[in-house]
Amino acid sequence: MSDKLRQIAFYGKGGIGKSTTSQNTLAALTEMGQKILIVGCDPKADSTRLILHSKAQDTVLSLAAEAGSVEDLEIEDVMKVGYRDIRCVESGGPEPGVGCAGRGVITSINFLEENGAYDGVDYVSYDVLGDVVCGGFAMPIRENKAQEIYIVMSGEMMAMYAANNISKGILKYANSGGVRLGGLVCNERQTDKELELAEALAGKLGTKLIHFVPRDNIVQHAELRRMTVLEYAPESKQAEEYRQLAQKIHANGGNGTIPTPITMDELEDMLMEFGIMSAVDESVIGKSAAELAAAV
Amino acid sequence: MSITAEETREQIVAETKTRNRALIDEVLKVYPEKTAKRRAKHLNVYEEGKSDCGVKSNIKSVPGVMTIRGCAYAGSKGVVWGPIKDMIHISHGPVGCGQYSWASRRNYYIGTTGVDTFVTMQFTSDFQEKDIVFGGDKKLEKIMDEIEDLFPLNHGITVQSECPIGLIGDDIEAVSKKKSKEYGGKTIVPVRCEGFRGVSQSLGHHIANDSIRDYVFEKQGAEPKAFEKTPYDVAIIGDYNIGGDAWSSRILLEEMGLRVIAQWSGDGSLAELENTPMAKLNVLHCYRSMNYISRYMEEKHGVPWVEYNFFGPSKIAESLRTIASYFDDHIKEGAERVIEKYNRLTEEVIAKYRPRLEGRTVMLFVGGLRPRHVIGAYEDLGMNVVGTGYEFGHNDDYQRTTHYVKDGTLIYDDVTGYEFEKMVETIQPDLVGSGIKEKYVFQKMGVPFRQMHSWDYSGPYHGYDGFAIFARDMDMAINNPVWSLTKTPWE
Repeated sequence: MSDKLRQIAFYGKGGIGKSTTSQNTLAALTEMGQKILIVGCDPKADSTRLILHSKAQDTVLSLAAEAGSVEDLEIEDVMKVGYRDIRCVESGGPEPGVGCAGRGVITSINFLEENGAYDGVDYVSYDVLGDVVCGGFAMPIRENKAQEIYIVMSGEMMAMYAANNISKGILKYANSGGVRLGGLVCNERQTDKELELAEALAGKLGTKLIHFVPRDNIVQHAELRRMTVLEYAPESKQAEEYRQLAQKIHANGGNGTIPTPITMDELEDMLMEFGIMSAVDESVIGKSAAELAAAV
Repeated sequence: MSITAEETREQIVAETKTRNRALIDEVLKVYPEKTAKRRAKHLNVYEEGKSDCGVKSNIKSVPGVMTIRGCAYAGSKGVVWGPIKDMIHISHGPVGCGQYSWASRRNYYIGTTGVDTFVTMQFTSDFQEKDIVFGGDKKLEKIMDEIEDLFPLNHGITVQSECPIGLIGDDIEAVSKKKSKEYGGKTIVPVRCEGFRGVSQSLGHHIANDSIRDYVFEKQGAEPKAFEKTPYDVAIIGDYNIGGDAWSSRILLEEMGLRVIAQWSGDGSLAELENTPMAKLNVLHCYRSMNYISRYMEEKHGVPWVEYNFFGPSKIAESLRTIASYFDDHIKEGAERVIEKYNRLTEEVIAKYRPRLEGRTVMLFVGGLRPRHVIGAYEDLGMNVVGTGYEFGHNDDYQRTTHYVKDGTLIYDDVTGYEFEKMVETIQPDLVGSGIKEKYVFQKMGVPFRQMHSWDYSGPYHGYDGFAIFARDMDMAINNPVWSLTKTPWE
């Protein structure tokens, strides 16, 4: 084990590509000789499938429910080893609509810490679902867990909105727990002026755009084979992009900032600045296209 | 001569008021400014002629003080639903709430425990971490199945929600509905009485009342059960049969010619709840915890309700006459007959105890109806209640209290541990009546004490028979020779 354990977390709007980005980046980090543990904090339990080539691994919580309680589990039961010896754990959780997934995240992370899952690794990476919806999903950013948060986003309005919200969560714990915003990772959606917008948002949030990951269909091809691009096509251009992102993150240790989240109005103003949204004409709000056509 | 006595009385009242006001200022001094401002609204001195006691009530307790209040779960499981003897009440959630509310009220009942009655038994879903994370609906279904297997003579089930049920969003309504259907229409009542709701147990009473409305009354639909009515049917509402209170009340109503068709909820059963809308009159003892359902039955079923007070012979006689006024001469004569019949017993009790208790002072702090209702019983024994307050009363309780308290009485709403101690220390009453949490604090101060929630494991205190026991118990507490031994001999 290296003398200093780096703990990072990936947050971002649902469907933005957090799991894909994180797994590819972590795979690239192993090429740099880093030993990695992935902790999936999403009830869907899909944070490790590209590393393990499996649909979904048995989760801490499902195994705990079977065994009776989390105290009945051994770390070997829940930890799987995948591509380039990356260790994988999925916290898991209830099916949609029942129970408390947030409590599940807290339970699993406590279990992993108590049972030495973090021994002998250089990186622990938490992959957390969507927004920070409740205290449970904020677990990785508090109590001295992840030191840096990387927010995966795109040029879409709602992705930026989510990034801003997550920054609020980080800010809340920044002073007490020491968590920092590592930066934004823009996962290209090919929206208008995407790079500029991402950079501008990063500026507003008091951080930087760590990397702009271009869209490439090879990610899809790899994903269908339940593989990272690094493993499926190591010579590809896209693999090189993830290597760059990995290097930037590796070099970014200790450079995180306390975010400065903005208001919804400021966010909209920013979109206007870039001409994505025209100045809001109050008369058009809530009107359908047909209604507007009729009004002309 | 009489003018002098009147003047003396006025002077005493004026002095009392001055002392009480100074005392309120004194206790408020220890608080930070904001807290003092908030607590000041809950403390006052009763002014004769006012329509209420001049205090705010039913407001969130101040963090950091010791409040005597309970929670919504306590109000539903502990008070309203718990005593219904032929139903099984599941404390749904982690084990603590169920454990600490296990048989904690002395709701007496008749029946074979564990066979057809279940009041002193405790059922809990004993939530574990996995139930929080994955939800507890399946576990709840399993518990209901086990209840059906193990206790086939139960007449229904209630689900008393503890806090986590509301937090994780379990659908206990769906489970109850499903299981009710499965068991051929059995009454299964989901109660959303999570402890974090409201400011005290009071909201729990309301929620429980509403659940009776929704799952007992409404469920019956248009077809009433076979029930033979009589013109003299009454239901006792808001008597929890602590130490047998409802029984010593019931006999009086029966002796005056009425038929008691239901007891809510002490020694009560599901069938009694179901039949209550067929009563001619609902007689309501604990207004605070059951006025909601009484009002509902009045609006929906046209059953009038009347409050009564069965503490002490003066109030009993008054109440019997009030209740009789809703019926014909047969019942009115019956009421007079009952009052006459118990007159000798009452006179004997008063002759024996009044000389021993005359002029003694009492401070009360209890819940429900007792902060006002028991005052008459003390006065029948020549005693004076000099301070009183409600744990979870509302403004309508404090309005009703004005009919009982004397000018200058100290009023303290949701009193804090500190305030109560300080007030008793200053006033030095001859008796404090409150709960188990207060008992030893005051006894150690050398002040006689009676628990007025559980009747200190005695009772009943309702009705004429109860008054005899009440008088004996108060005498036993106050005139116990032990109090002469509390003075430090070397000082």
